[in-house]
Amino acid sequence: MRYSERELLSLSRQPAEKAAEILMRLPKKGSVLKKRLVKLVVNFLFYFRTDEAEPIGALLLEHCRIAKEEVNVFSISFIEEPDRKYCFECDSEEQCQEWVEALRRASYEFMRRSLIFYRNEIQKMTGKDPLEQYGISEEARFQLGTHKQ
Amino acid sequence: MRETRLSSPRCARSGRERRRPCRRRWTCPGLRAMKLNERSLAFYATCDSPADNAGFLYKKGERNTAYHKRWFVLKGNMLFYFEEKDSREPVGVIILEGCTVELCEAAEEFAFAIKFGCAKSRTYILAAESQAAMESWVKSLSRASFDYMRLVVKELEKQLEEMQWGLPGCRRVHRRSPIYRKSKPALGPDPAAVAVELPPPREKPPGLSCPSLKENGCAVWNNTPGMKDLPDGGVPGGPADSGSGKPAVGSGCEVGPKPPPLPPRRHASSGNSRGTGPVAAESCVCPGTTSFSRLHDWYGREIIQLRREWLESHRSHQL
Repeated sequence: MRYSERELLSLSRQPAEKAAEILMRLPKKGSVLKKRLVKLVVNFLFYFRTDEAEPIGALLLEHCRIAKEEVNVFSISFIEEPDRKYCFECDSEEQCQEWVEALRRASYEFMRRSLIFYRNEIQKMTGKDPLEQYGISEEARFQLGTHKQ
Repeated sequence: MRETRLSSPRCARSGRERRRPCRRRWTCPGLRAMKLNERSLAFYATCDSPADNAGFLYKKGERNTAYHKRWFVLKGNMLFYFEEKDSREPVGVIILEGCTVELCEAAEEFAFAIKFGCAKSRTYILAAESQAAMESWVKSLSRASFDYMRLVVKELEKQLEEMQWGLPGCRRVHRRSPIYRKSKPALGPDPAAVAVELPPPREKPPGLSCPSLKENGCAVWNNTPGMKDLPDGGVPGGPADSGSGKPAVGSGCEVGPKPPPLPPRRHASSGNSRGTGPVAAESCVCPGTTSFSRLHDWYGREIIQLRREWLESHRSHQL
């Protein structure tokens, strides 16, 4: 699949929602934990060698599962390959929890669901669609069941 | 900028196919090293999750001027394109974060461009098959960014929280605190949207301004019901958020002995409004006023908050 690497690189340089040096292990067999700079920007998780400015890789955080593993450890796996896990070992349980929460909220799909939820709640309470004032109530992305391909 | 293929990077220097990042990355400009979870991306593109837009578009080639017809699918901030409508895997993906979408004067009819801020970035020229399709795509692409979605979610979240503490359907009243006047950016022009602008949220109507705002400009007791600024951290906007055009008042530092707010009128039907759940339209009273101690606590909070504000304003004036 082709992708625009320059845009991804530029994204990796943007201010992060969250960034920290964390031990990370790739799902490949035989991988070991390595210290990486892990940076969350919009719905991408970039990981860098700690002394490098360009990321080694990026994970798009859609349709993924963020699971708490053992103490200080969490994992990211993707829905179509649940056994392939990217593991992260944090310095503390607290840091681990923070990352788990942040990553769970980091997907576009999560935000879409939140928006729909809030929209419905506000509509129930006021009888008015809160998106109307912005002129975006008809946008496909804000509907409950947008049209499929 | 060349688009890169994930599966077989080649070293521009040696021409050899490489499966791993070249160790000489910094001196080897031709090699792309970044990995991306390609399989997951492909799954995301083809799975059942809602597409924000889909249809055929003509995509202009990078170097040559030929347009290729592709099936495009927009999901979130990712624009995937397929060879055919029923292709199992996308040919490529355009990451839309930070882009601007513009109509463009290409030879092709119904053309528009996706541009990025980075100078060396490729501009994607696409053409739709009709005016309506073009407009639909321009609209959906210009609002496709994660940042935009986040902005809208935060705004609704704030509205909902305020409603749960205040008056649903009633206009909100802002207490003017001279120290804490913050101007929060309204949902103004979206940097990612050129063709479409998000109109600012409706102005807070000035009609319901705080009647007891005094000239000494200090935080005053708010006599109207529906206090929203409680110190329990529940309100993200802080003590006095987005200005509604009311001027920040001057720097007086005395707070005269103002009376506490009058308890709002209780409606006959308020007996059944317990709990802090969504306050239904039948009651303008704060939640859970059936018990005096709760009512007391509820008002007490505002007093504590006001006192805190006054103390801080007092302190800052002494500096």
